[in-house]
Amino acid sequence: MSSATSVTEPVVFRWHQAEITAIAPVTPHVKSVRLRCGLAEQYRAGQHVDVRLTAEDGYQAQRSYSIASAPDGSGTLELMIEGLPDGEVSGWFSDCADVGDRVELRGPIGGSFSWDGPDGGPLLLAAGGSGVVPLLAMLRRRAQGWRAIPAALIYSARTRAEAIAVAELERFAATDPGVSLHLAITREPGGRRIDAALVADALARTGPPGKVFLCGSNRFVAAASALIVAAGVAPGLIRTERFGA
Amino acid sequence: MVTRGFVGRRQPPETGARLPPGQYLTDDFPILQIGPNPVVDLATWRFTLREGSRPIKSWSWDEFEALPRTTWHGDIHCVTKWSKFDTDWEGVSFDDLLADAGVAAPTGFLLAESYDDYTTNVPVADLVGGRALVATRYAGEPIHPDHGGPARLFVPHLYFWKSAKWVRGLRFTNIDTAGFWELRGYHMYGDPWREQRYIGD
Ligand SMILES: Cc1cc2nc3c(=O)[nH]c(=O)nc-3n(C[C@H](O)[C@H](O)[C@H](O)COP(=O)(O)OP(=O)(O)OC[C@H]3O[C@@H](n4cnc5c(N)ncnc54)[C@H](O)[C@@H]3O)c2cc1C
Repeated sequence: MSSATSVTEPVVFRWHQAEITAIAPVTPHVKSVRLRCGLAEQYRAGQHVDVRLTAEDGYQAQRSYSIASAPDGSGTLELMIEGLPDGEVSGWFSDCADVGDRVELRGPIGGSFSWDGPDGGPLLLAAGGSGVVPLLAMLRRRAQGWRAIPAALIYSARTRAEAIAVAELERFAATDPGVSLHLAITREPGGRRIDAALVADALARTGPPGKVFLCGSNRFVAAASALIVAAGVAPGLIRTERFGA
Repeated sequence: MVTRGFVGRRQPPETGARLPPGQYLTDDFPILQIGPNPVVDLATWRFTLREGSRPIKSWSWDEFEALPRTTWHGDIHCVTKWSKFDTDWEGVSFDDLLADAGVAAPTGFLLAESYDDYTTNVPVADLVGGRALVATRYAGEPIHPDHGGPARLFVPHLYFWKSAKWVRGLRFTNIDTAGFWELRGYHMYGDPWREQRYIGD
């Protein structure tokens, strides 16, 4: 399994101050948060940061969030955070956070779940829900100068309105023959779940993949990896990341 | 640095005292791993103790199941910040493995090796004296493959990435040798109470 991505060299992760420079809704439950931060140019697509919030009395909470942006020289990075009911950290971002607010970040973390152009492809990506965030970063990175590498994204969301960055993903697919998008909308009339046919369609577009990244809930990742292995992809190519249960 | 408007969800004092710094309590059992579950067949499963590349002793599943059993009850802590209280595990203690192999630990360091090529390092001192198991049961049932069954290393006093899933052996090494996550910026030791998540913590 060591072949899927290059090893990032050990680095000391220290806490960086970060300031919110923009905040905007992406879906009814997900917000895009842009942060100005010292580590904004040092990460690979797919990696995540730890976010730490501190209350007046010193109480702290930390959670991990994937980086949605590709390094772009702006000194900022983008997170996309889904507000969960009663979520301690995501709740602050969805109900309270505003431009100018400051939080702390450390990272970038997760070198095994990351991709850059020189790692090659083709890329087979599959996401459930907010699991699309690190894969969006990979597609954005690819668009910065690695368009020769074919990429297919299988994306499962409950409704179209809940699908993150769906307009941008559709634009990638419509304007770039090297990208295909395979939406599985599960809770709408005519909807579907990820299945063998969807995986076969995606593989028909990319050819045998060189890198496979799966991200989402455990149930999604388990189902997607079983289908992809059943379609003949070597398990050792597959990297997974799971957002909670 | 204070974050405007952040209050946070306080834990009751009893809960707070049981949570290492930076952790939160969950009732779920989240799953994190580098790839798909490896397919592990009990008919061909083997667990091997090695010194460097030299095998010391190897057990089949039936032989392993016949070893003395140890149970453990308590709290577990994952580096991704969740902690889970009052979990129950059963397996073969590291002490009993050494006893059955008829050896004393030849070096002070170990690398756990898994069926999916995952590795992680643990000092031998952290495994002896009843502190660690090769676990085969969770909450009275065989460990589900999602949680590392049929067998996983279980070192509850360290962050859970040290408790390698789908473990197929333990290799004594002469020096403390970084494993999969330790090569990628994670701490060589991983004590939750000292919040040793990443290199330099
Ligand atoms: C590597 C990684 C990358 C990630 N990337 C992203 C990302 O890009 N975007 C994203 O949105 N998330 C991401 N996550 C998930 C994220 O880290 C958090 O787990 C998520 O935001 C929830 O945190 P929270 O503090 O808001 O909720 P928590 O407070 O941890 O609560 C989690 C859930 O439990 C419920 N709950 C907990 N306690 C109580 C209680 N006392 N009463 C009632 N309900 C309760 C909450 O309602 C909520 O639904 C990622 C996770 C990992 C590990």
